[in-house]
Amino acid sequence: MVQQIVDWLDERIDLSGLKHFVAEKGVPVHAQEIWYYLGGLTLFLFAVQVFTGILLLLYYRPGATDAYESVQFIVTRVPFGWLIRNIHSWSANLLVAAALAHFFSVFLLKSYRKPRELTWVSGILLLFLMLAFGFSGYLLPWNELSFFATKVGTGIAGSVPLVGHFLLRLLRGGDDVTGATLSRFFGLHVAILPAITTALVAVHLLLVQRQGMSVPLRVESQLKAGEPVRQMPFFPDYILRDVLAWYIALAVLAALAAFYPWELGRKADPFAAVPAGIRPEWYFLAMFHTLKLIPSHVMGLEGERLGVLAFGVIAMFLIVVPFLDRRSNEGRRSPIYTSLAVAGLLYLVVFTILAYTAK
Amino acid sequence: MSTAAAIAYPVSRFLVPPDSGEASTNSVVAGKSAALKPNSAVIVPFGSKPAIVIRTAEGNLKAFNAVCTHLECTVQYKPDTSQIWCACHSGLYDLGGNVVSGPPPRSLESFAVNLRGEPGAEDIVVSRT
Repeated sequence: MVQQIVDWLDERIDLSGLKHFVAEKGVPVHAQEIWYYLGGLTLFLFAVQVFTGILLLLYYRPGATDAYESVQFIVTRVPFGWLIRNIHSWSANLLVAAALAHFFSVFLLKSYRKPRELTWVSGILLLFLMLAFGFSGYLLPWNELSFFATKVGTGIAGSVPLVGHFLLRLLRGGDDVTGATLSRFFGLHVAILPAITTALVAVHLLLVQRQGMSVPLRVESQLKAGEPVRQMPFFPDYILRDVLAWYIALAVLAALAAFYPWELGRKADPFAAVPAGIRPEWYFLAMFHTLKLIPSHVMGLEGERLGVLAFGVIAMFLIVVPFLDRRSNEGRRSPIYTSLAVAGLLYLVVFTILAYTAK
Repeated sequence: MSTAAAIAYPVSRFLVPPDSGEASTNSVVAGKSAALKPNSAVIVPFGSKPAIVIRTAEGNLKAFNAVCTHLECTVQYKPDTSQIWCACHSGLYDLGGNVVSGPPPRSLESFAVNLRGEPGAEDIVVSRT
C-alpha cells in the first residue's frame, strides 16, 4: 500500500532526489554522538507546544477581565483541560532546558566553526525566540506572578539606552502593564513568534541537512588523515533512536503534568503590592539575581542600565562567536572559547541557585 | 523602496500606542483616616498607578507613589522595620521615600496627605505636591 502511494507520487513529482537522500544520509558515530539528540528533542518539544497551544486556543480568552477566568475554566471544567495546560507549561520548561543544553553542547564542541556559522546564528536566534515564547506566554494566565514578572521584564526593556521608552511602550501597548499588554503578548505568542520560529526552524534544518552533522575536532582530524569514521544510516537507525528519545520526553512530560500540576495562582491585581518571594521562571533567574546584586549606581551609570547593557553585549557576542573564534575555524583547539562556555554555564548554574536560596 | 517605505511607515506608527498624555489625576481619597491603624499601610489607585499611604507608628500619615524606581514593581510597607520594601529585587526605602539599600536608583515620589471632613470621620486625601 505504502509502496503504491510512493510509486504514484514518484510518477508525478519524481522522488528520486528524496530517495537518494534517504538512502545515503548517514550520521557519524563517535564518543560525543549523544549530543546530536538534543536538537531533535528540542524540535519535538516545540511540536508539543504547537499542538497543545492550538488546543488551549479553543478556550483561552485574552483580556484583563477574561484571561484568568478562562484558564481557570480550562483546568477545572474542560475535560482533560488540566492535562493539556500542564503539558503546555511543563513542555515549555523542558523545551528551554533542551534548547540550552543543545546550545552548550554545540558551543563546547565548537560545531559552529566554518562552514556552519549560519547554522549557529539561526540556532542562537531560535534560542532567543524560545525565551521570548516563555516570557510572552507567562503573562497569558494574567496571574499575580506573571503580572509583576512582565512589569519587571518590560521595565528591563525600558532601561535600554536611547530607545528604552519607545521599546517599553511598544511592548506594553502603553505606559503600564494592562489589558493592552496582554493583547500584545497574546498576538506575539500565538502569531508573530510562531511565524518567525517556523521560518527559522526551516532554515536551521535545511542547513543541518545540507551540511551534514558536525563532528568533534578530533574526529575531523581523523577524517583529514584519511582514517574512516563509522557512519550510522539516518533512516531508519538514527531516526528510531531519535523517536525513542521523544518517547522518553513524552513519558517525563506526562508524569510531570500528572503529578506536579502547574499552579495558576491568584488573579493579577495592578493595585496590590508585590508578594514576598516573587521570582521569574527558572531560566530568567540568573538575570534576575544579577539585577538584584548590581548597585543602584556604578561609575555614574544607573545599575539596571549597566545590567541591561551587559546582557545585550553578551547576546551580541553569542551571535558572532563563529566569526570571532578563528582557532576553531582553522581546525585547532580553542581553549579560550571553551573557558568562556564553561564560565557561562557556571554563571547560569550558580546564580540560579543563589536566586533560589536568596531570602 | 518607496513601496516598502509606504508600508513600513504606517505599520511602525500603528505599533506604538498613542500618548495618553499626563495623568489627569492630581488627588484621590484614600479611605477613612480611622481605618488606617498606626504602623500599617494601604495601597490605593492614584490614576493608573498605585500609591502607598502609611500611618507611621507615631501616627503620622505619609504617601508615596508605590512604583519602585528600579523596575516598577509595587512596593509594600514593612511594619517590623518601619521601611518601604520592594519584593522584586529587595529595594529598601525609609519613611521619607529615600533609598536605604538595594538597586533602586531614585527616591520614591512623595505625595501630600491631608485630612478632610468631620472630626472623627475624616477622609485621607492624597495629592501631588
